[in-house]
Amino acid sequence: MADLAARGEVPEYLFWVGSAGAFDDRYKKVTRAFVKILEYLKINYAVLGTEESSSGDIARRTGNEMLFQMQALMNIEIMNGYGVKKILTCDPHAFNTFKNEYPDLGGKYKLVHHTQFLFEQITKGRLKMPGSELGGKKLVYHDPCYLGRANGVYEEPRAVLDSLGVKRVEMPRNRSFALCCGAGGGQMFKEAEKGDKEIFIERTEEAVATGAELIATACPYCMVMLTDGIKYLNREEGIKNYDIAELVAMSLNL
Amino acid sequence: MIKQIAFTITLLLTIAVFSYTLRGLIKKFKLTRPKTIGSPGKRLLITLKVALLQQTIFRKPVIGLMHALVFWGFLMILFGSAEMIVDGLSGTERAFSKLGVFYNIIIAAGDVFALLILVIIVAFIFRRVFMHIRRFEGIEMKKWSHTDANIALTLILLLMVSLLGMNSFYLLGAHDIKGIYPASGIISGWFSGMNPENIHLMHELNWWVHIVLIFVFANYLPYSKHFHVFLSVPNVYLSKLGALARIDTMEDITREVKLMLDPQAALPDTVGDEPIERFGLKDVEDVNWVNYFNSLSCTQCGRCTAVCPANITGKKLSPRKLMMNLRSRMDEKAPGLINEGADYNDNKSLLRDYISEEEIWACTLCNACANECPINIDQPALIIQMRRYLVMEESAAPAELNAIFSNIENNGAPWQFSQDDRMNWTEGLTMNVEK
Repeated sequence: MADLAARGEVPEYLFWVGSAGAFDDRYKKVTRAFVKILEYLKINYAVLGTEESSSGDIARRTGNEMLFQMQALMNIEIMNGYGVKKILTCDPHAFNTFKNEYPDLGGKYKLVHHTQFLFEQITKGRLKMPGSELGGKKLVYHDPCYLGRANGVYEEPRAVLDSLGVKRVEMPRNRSFALCCGAGGGQMFKEAEKGDKEIFIERTEEAVATGAELIATACPYCMVMLTDGIKYLNREEGIKNYDIAELVAMSLNL
Repeated sequence: MIKQIAFTITLLLTIAVFSYTLRGLIKKFKLTRPKTIGSPGKRLLITLKVALLQQTIFRKPVIGLMHALVFWGFLMILFGSAEMIVDGLSGTERAFSKLGVFYNIIIAAGDVFALLILVIIVAFIFRRVFMHIRRFEGIEMKKWSHTDANIALTLILLLMVSLLGMNSFYLLGAHDIKGIYPASGIISGWFSGMNPENIHLMHELNWWVHIVLIFVFANYLPYSKHFHVFLSVPNVYLSKLGALARIDTMEDITREVKLMLDPQAALPDTVGDEPIERFGLKDVEDVNWVNYFNSLSCTQCGRCTAVCPANITGKKLSPRKLMMNLRSRMDEKAPGLINEGADYNDNKSLLRDYISEEEIWACTLCNACANECPINIDQPALIIQMRRYLVMEESAAPAELNAIFSNIENNGAPWQFSQDDRMNWTEGLTMNVEK
């Protein structure tokens, strides 16, 4: 944004990479896949780069309202300074806090999750999915809580997946009934409390039981949890998990 | 005339007991924190969909339909109950029958629903007593919870039996029948041989049993989990609006943070004139009145707990327990707070003595509980508020989270990576990502 601002330009979208998108090795691949798609579609976008900082979502959800508001107010100052109107992101948690919580503090933006963006590009005919080696493969989609239940985005990710020609199946608990991957509310960063089982194992077992060879999701936390789950169940040979952006990029040979 | 006097006394007694209960409740609400409730239009629409049309309860279609039929039936029968009060006070018989066709429809519906509710309640009792329903169990479900449920169901059962009895003997005894009674029409056939005197007696008996049971029921409810019958509709009106995962902003903190970021900023003195008592929620006086209303409306159906990922995987957290604990703790602490004022301290608190830190930290904030609640109770709100207390008043977050906080403070990410490395993901890309 800074470079563009120096040239007096304002891009259509700010692409919010997110901390996981920038630092988590697995999710960096998703970020790369998604910017390749943006490039392919010749989208006018920019990132904040080193000016980006935590959205504060984790701080807020673990009770540190002070830290959340500090992050939020700093981010808003930067984004408003650049005249940001639309934000694209692969992170449902950033999506949720920007869309529903930043307005209270003076940050009002139009939020687009990458699955919504891909859906829109496909329906507008700008993105045409060619047949690929994904065609006919059995795939199951895991709804991220902060995209689905929190913000009602259930069908767009599914429509994008369907455009890939995969054989899509559902888990018994899907859409608003979906079971959390276990990472929300700060759980990603701490040991789980004592119990009979880890939530990510419960969810991965449900996904594996569908017989799918691909598990798709659209959230950095879900990605980590499902990857761990597949490892834990020793199913790394037969089952792979991807973000929807990666599957689209794969189909396009990007 | 004697009947009128007897009825008036019974009614006054009922109102007196109810007023006493209500006074106690208002005192408890006065201990809670304020919260503004706007957007009446939106709220009425939600109430129409979720309460009157029973939208959420149909997520379990079979049992949901059964509940919806009981609810809709109650609404129809309520009309007849109001008529009974008018009849009782003024000595009339079927006073509302002047309404003509409308009367016939409502009374006929009420009569059919009475039979339907009776059958459904028998099924509900059977389910509770003989079937093992997982969501009716849990650490928070004590013997009293089950007894309470069975008492309420039995009262409803008796209400329906007496209503059908009243209607049936009315059909047999009245000279000029007002209203239509499809279900009682069949039942009355069984008693057609009875002599007129007994028919009259049975009608009176059922009439009195029905109205007295209504009065008893009304005064029992506020002390029962079935307070739900009165409070669930208004509770839906008090639903959280907007996205399910939205968390309210603490405005008193915004002021502090703004001053921290820019000490020279001149901020209007809109908030913060009163000293902030405590951040977050430690005990009942920290909850707002909607939180408390939620706890009184909860009927312990356990749909929230049944979908909670933490609970499913054997953790101690149960969203239903939070509501039950809040209600019990208020009952325990309110008398002291009312008599001795805000400084009253019994060396106990909602957090820790009722709800453990372990429960609070087990939540993934997936919002499945709030999404599942048929009357839109906001369980995560309590969790967030308790976490706020632990973090901001006591710095008592789990150690891993404290590390995350300092990472975010120092380098703007939960991980210990420098903010300068935020573009490292572009390595290996052939294209140029615009900054």
